Amino acid sequence: MLEIRNLTVKIAEDDKTIIDGLSLTVKDGEVAAIMGPNGSGKSTLSYAIAGKEDYEIVEGEVLLDGKNILEMAADERAAKGLFLAFQYPIEIPGVATMTFLKAAMNAQRKKRGEGELSTPDFMRTVRAGAEKLQVPMDMLKRGLNVGFSGGEKKRMEILQMALLAPTFGILDETDSGLDIDALRIVADGVNALRDPKRGFLVITHYQRLLDYIRPDTVHVMARGKIVRSGGPELALELEKNGYRDYVSEAA
Amino acid sequence: MGAHPREITKAEHDLAAMFARTEATEVARDAFALFSTMGLPHRRVEAWHYTDLRAKLGDIAPLAKAPSAELVGQVASELDAASVSAARIVFVDGRFVAGASRLSALPAGVRVGESDAVPVWPEVARDEPTIALNAAFAPSATVIEIAAGADVVAPIEIYSYVTAAAQTYARILVRVGAGVRATIVETHDGEGAGAHQKNSALIFEIGDDARVEHIARHVDESAEATHVASFAATLGARAQLDSFALVAGGALTRRQLYVRFDGDHARVGLRGAALLRGNQHCDTTLVVDHAALDCESRERFKHIVEDEATGVYQGKVIVRPGAQKTDGAMKSDAILLSESARMHNKPELEIFADDVVCGHGATVGALDDEQLFYLRARGLPKAEAETLLLEAFAGEVIEAVRDETMQEALRADAQAWLSERHS
Repeated sequence: MLEIRNLTVKIAEDDKTIIDGLSLTVKDGEVAAIMGPNGSGKSTLSYAIAGKEDYEIVEGEVLLDGKNILEMAADERAAKGLFLAFQYPIEIPGVATMTFLKAAMNAQRKKRGEGELSTPDFMRTVRAGAEKLQVPMDMLKRGLNVGFSGGEKKRMEILQMALLAPTFGILDETDSGLDIDALRIVADGVNALRDPKRGFLVITHYQRLLDYIRPDTVHVMARGKIVRSGGPELALELEKNGYRDYVSEAA
Repeated sequence: MGAHPREITKAEHDLAAMFARTEATEVARDAFALFSTMGLPHRRVEAWHYTDLRAKLGDIAPLAKAPSAELVGQVASELDAASVSAARIVFVDGRFVAGASRLSALPAGVRVGESDAVPVWPEVARDEPTIALNAAFAPSATVIEIAAGADVVAPIEIYSYVTAAAQTYARILVRVGAGVRATIVETHDGEGAGAHQKNSALIFEIGDDARVEHIARHVDESAEATHVASFAATLGARAQLDSFALVAGGALTRRQLYVRFDGDHARVGLRGAALLRGNQHCDTTLVVDHAALDCESRERFKHIVEDEATGVYQGKVIVRPGAQKTDGAMKSDAILLSESARMHNKPELEIFADDVVCGHGATVGALDDEQLFYLRARGLPKAEAETLLLEAFAGEVIEAVRDETMQEALRADAQAWLSERHS
């Protein structure tokens, strides 16, 4: 379960408040969607939860399974079971994807006091996961995300999520840059991970993704706060009317 | 040098006194006379702008003594364990020592001899005072002949072992016959030798169609060592030379490389990585001279600099009039891991032909925060994420080493250096 309580976040550099007293709870097994206009702070929220250092937490708490994670470094949050699928996955030349996957899986296992995966076990797990997401093996030998298409990068994010099996997943604009076929593969990958013990926060600008990943709750974010919450029908309403109601409230 | 009378430093004075006590050959006397007109190089000499040897060289260590039979025996048995190659040519305290070498393991067509008639200046490196000093003090040059037709499969290792805090000078000429393929590994080992001062010169004459890979390991150096390493090479037509150096040891390392294309359609790749911490200072200064048609040169250097250490890269590519179809690319990248780490990059092109493709680039920066965050968001602790990124950074040049055993060994060297960062 993820509980965000009265979270206020500034960009460390320019003293600008991006998240302004936001509260939201996502229960185990729940898929919550956050929708909102550009500039509402959606991506900042995902980075702040994941532990990016460019942001300053002014006040509030973020509890993952009851524990405040804001004091933890990004890698400790990951080991605790948090996963962020990046809107723009980072390219890392010279680090083979396979090497990275093994390092990440073993680092998390180590933190949790589990032993390292044997190479055959690791290979078997990766192969099975890659097949489901249509990630060819030669992609795994290449530098991490280097030269991958937009769709390949997003599939790689979901593959990582499947391999790391987090207790909570945040998808930041996972639909951006995807054509309809790639969107379906990615959504299938996410749906396969839906589990009564695992929550998701799906951040998106468009309703389209939510046709494939059906949310339990939908929240509208504007000016750094949740301004409205509802069921799936809220996404459809937004699709029809756009965000103008929420943007104009600012004036 | 001009109108200003030069002040003689204590080091220069000591060098002159030491030279006067040697039994010098004619070449050596000429060499020392040449050195004396120039003196130790300093920051106002362009090629030494970032490495003021005159200022840095306070005290001159005594000249190394010829190794005793007992020391030779000791070194021989030690090297049996440490050396990368069965075929090795060993220098102890600057002197070629057949008794510690494995000359019997050299392939047919490879001969090792000595000569005191090797001229002061290599063909491509004139007027460099440290090379004159090398010729003045190296008792004689060691000549390695690899005859055309020699079948050199395993690397030949030139192992330079220093045992005392002394000055050592070695001068090695490698003649590579037409069409020969050979890998030459140059290992510098002086771990227990304290503040020793080494001046080494390795001169290659590479025949037509020959293909040479040269790998220099400056890893197991004493932390207080000063090393001026000169590398000079001329290439015949269609020849290929790839040279790679890893510098991780030593207090002050200066590598100066001089390469000239004498025949058409030849290729050169000069690469290297330097891993520097503490107060280490590593300077790589090179000149690649395109004097023939349709030749290709690649220079690629990587520096990882931590603490108060300093990296220097100066590269000059000259394209002579008429050296048409030259293809040159030079790049130097550095990652600074601390506020006080320094890197000086100075790539230069001098182009006198019009039908050429030449480029250069240089970067200096910190580790990429976005990459670090991405790795940490996947659970890699900071130290491990940094290691992965730095390994990849150095790996980009190490992977150009063709000899697989050496490539592995160099990766292991880099990993060992990185693992010491967090211990």
